[in-house]
Amino acid sequence: MLNTDIFTQIGLNHYLFLSAILFVIGMAGVLLRRNAIVLLMSIELMLNAVNISFVAFSKYSGKMEGQIMVFFVMTIAAAEAAVGLALAVTIFKRFREVNIRFFEHLKG
Amino acid sequence: MSHQLLISTLILSPLIGFLINGLRYKRHSANVAGGVATAAAAISFLSAILIFMELLAMPKEGRQIAVNFFEWMTVASLKINMGFLVDPLNVIMILIITGVGSLIHLFSVSYMHHDEGAAKYFAYLNLFLFNMLVLVLGDNLLVMFVGWEGVGLCSYLLIGFWFKDSDKAAAGMKAFVTNRVGDAAFLLGMFLLFVSFGTLNFQEINNMVPADPTFSWLSPLTLGTLFLFIGATGKSAQIPLYVWLPDAMAGPTPVSALIHAATMVTAGVYMIIRLNPLFLHTPNTMLVIAIIGGLTAVMAASIGLTQWDIKKVLAYSTVSQLGYMFLAVGVGAFTAGLFHLMTHAFFKALMFLGSGSVIHAMHEEQDIRKMGGLKKHMPITHFTFLIGWLAIIGMPPFSGFFSKDEILWLSFHSPLGHPALWALGAVGAVMTAFYMTRLMALTFWGKSRVPQDVHPHESPALMTIPLIVLAILSAFAGWLGVPHVIGAALGHLPNILAEFLSLNIKPIPNLAEANVTTEIILMSVSVGFALISAALAYHMYVRNPELPGKFTEKVKGLHNFVYNKYFVDEAYEGSIIQPLVQTSKSIWFYVDVNFIDKATYWISDIIKGGGSLVRSLQNGNLQTYAMYVAIGLVMTLTFILVR
Repeated sequence: MLNTDIFTQIGLNHYLFLSAILFVIGMAGVLLRRNAIVLLMSIELMLNAVNISFVAFSKYSGKMEGQIMVFFVMTIAAAEAAVGLALAVTIFKRFREVNIRFFEHLKG
Repeated sequence: MSHQLLISTLILSPLIGFLINGLRYKRHSANVAGGVATAAAAISFLSAILIFMELLAMPKEGRQIAVNFFEWMTVASLKINMGFLVDPLNVIMILIITGVGSLIHLFSVSYMHHDEGAAKYFAYLNLFLFNMLVLVLGDNLLVMFVGWEGVGLCSYLLIGFWFKDSDKAAAGMKAFVTNRVGDAAFLLGMFLLFVSFGTLNFQEINNMVPADPTFSWLSPLTLGTLFLFIGATGKSAQIPLYVWLPDAMAGPTPVSALIHAATMVTAGVYMIIRLNPLFLHTPNTMLVIAIIGGLTAVMAASIGLTQWDIKKVLAYSTVSQLGYMFLAVGVGAFTAGLFHLMTHAFFKALMFLGSGSVIHAMHEEQDIRKMGGLKKHMPITHFTFLIGWLAIIGMPPFSGFFSKDEILWLSFHSPLGHPALWALGAVGAVMTAFYMTRLMALTFWGKSRVPQDVHPHESPALMTIPLIVLAILSAFAGWLGVPHVIGAALGHLPNILAEFLSLNIKPIPNLAEANVTTEIILMSVSVGFALISAALAYHMYVRNPELPGKFTEKVKGLHNFVYNKYFVDEAYEGSIIQPLVQTSKSIWFYVDVNFIDKATYWISDIIKGGGSLVRSLQNGNLQTYAMYVAIGLVMTLTFILVR
């Protein structure tokens, strides 16, 4: 028998804490890691952390706007990942590595 | 020919000459440059003669030609036309300017033959003629002022013509700066006249002058005329601004003849004559003018007694003769002033050109102690100089006699005159006779003191022809203005000049009937003393050449005082120039360097420092930027949550 108690006990705050933790992890990844792929993944993590709080707020306030916003975020995240990966691939082809410092060569 | 065309030719011909020579200023040939410039001056002279004929053909009351070229400016009630007016007064001036000017151009062709900057020289000379014509022809004070400044500029350029010699360049600057002092006063005078009359046009001003004279020192008209006179002392080298003229002798000698003897320096006299009804309206100013003129005549003549440089003697003589002109206008004898201006233009230009001929022959030597006995080497120069000498010492019947005597008589007889003024003039005349005879004796007569390696020779025809023409004019021009008493004695000879000028010149008010006996006595006294003084000089410098040395030994202190020009230059240096320089230096140091400069440095330093600080933030590293964003986020959140 599934104990649904635990679900009913989970409140808005829990989602928000999860969201905050994920966001901070993502941010730490962006600030600290040098690998461009990891960087993109961290950004993805931050975006999804935000998505969680959107959905949580939407559920608790009974309004749909938050969930609609999540779709937008996901779409943009997909586009961003595509562009970012394309850049990473090009950088890799040239330098045989995807270290973030090579992006400095994009400066004019 | 239309009047407009005639006047355009008159004025623009030298300007075109200036442009031609100015554009080819690097050429060296004096023949081509001099040819162009002389032709320009000669065309101008021809137009002047034609204008003179036109004027003579007109009925006596309407003798004037007014030409308005364009409206120069209109600001509120100030309306200035680029207008020129020819009338009997300035037709004489333009004849002198272009006539003597042409002769001096001709002389210069030969004199400047060896000079590298000949084209430049002739360009300046033509530019000078142009400006001088603008000065005398302008029908309002502002157009006159344009010419007034223009001749000042040309004078500066020509005094410093050999600017590689720093003394000569400095002399040019001295002339310019001293003139600027006068010009500032001239401007103030112009402002006051504009405030009083609402116009700067000569004719309108002269027509608006109130009938009764004003005796207040502080009335705007008295102040205005005084300021104009200060302007004239600058341009015409009177006390206290005469100091530039002797130094101006650094320029080429023909320049001294044209600018610093015959034409430019007489501009102040001309200006006062042009405004004679206005000046007659302010007797206080007239008194100042007469006193300054008389004092200048005596003081400059006394310095002339002691100088050794042939051109310096002539320069002080010029200052002194200009003093006579101011003495004349100061006592209301405007006709006599203009008459003396004219005769002086002839004989002083003659003497300056003669000295140029001597200097040329002596290989640029100007010290009369190293001359003597030049009579037999340079017969033509000597003979023409002799006529100039007779004219300047006032020997009848040469031109200087008539004009100087008219001035002396009227300074005694005019209600604005005074016996003391006559005495000043007479003392000046005695001194003039002495120093001019001394100059003749030391240069042309007596034993030769010429150095062994110098072989003086007569100058070429291009130089002697102008001398001869000027000598003829110096000898006979006096008959144009025969004084009444002599005219009557010789059978009613008219005073041609006075009649010709009667339209322009107001007669002296309340002039009493002339007392023939007094006039003849005064005339004999001044001529007699001048003769004695000349004979004394002859005796001292030709018969007993050791006498002057003994004499100066006896009055050593006085001689030094006069020889050093009364230390006026030194006094100006100590009392005005040095304090001014020191003040400027301290202002420069404390205000400019230590305050204004520093303040701007602070501002630029702050901006520069701020810039380098901010620049270090923008290092191109992606993660650093992300860090800034994160820090910003944390701070914003902290702010919101903690609040």
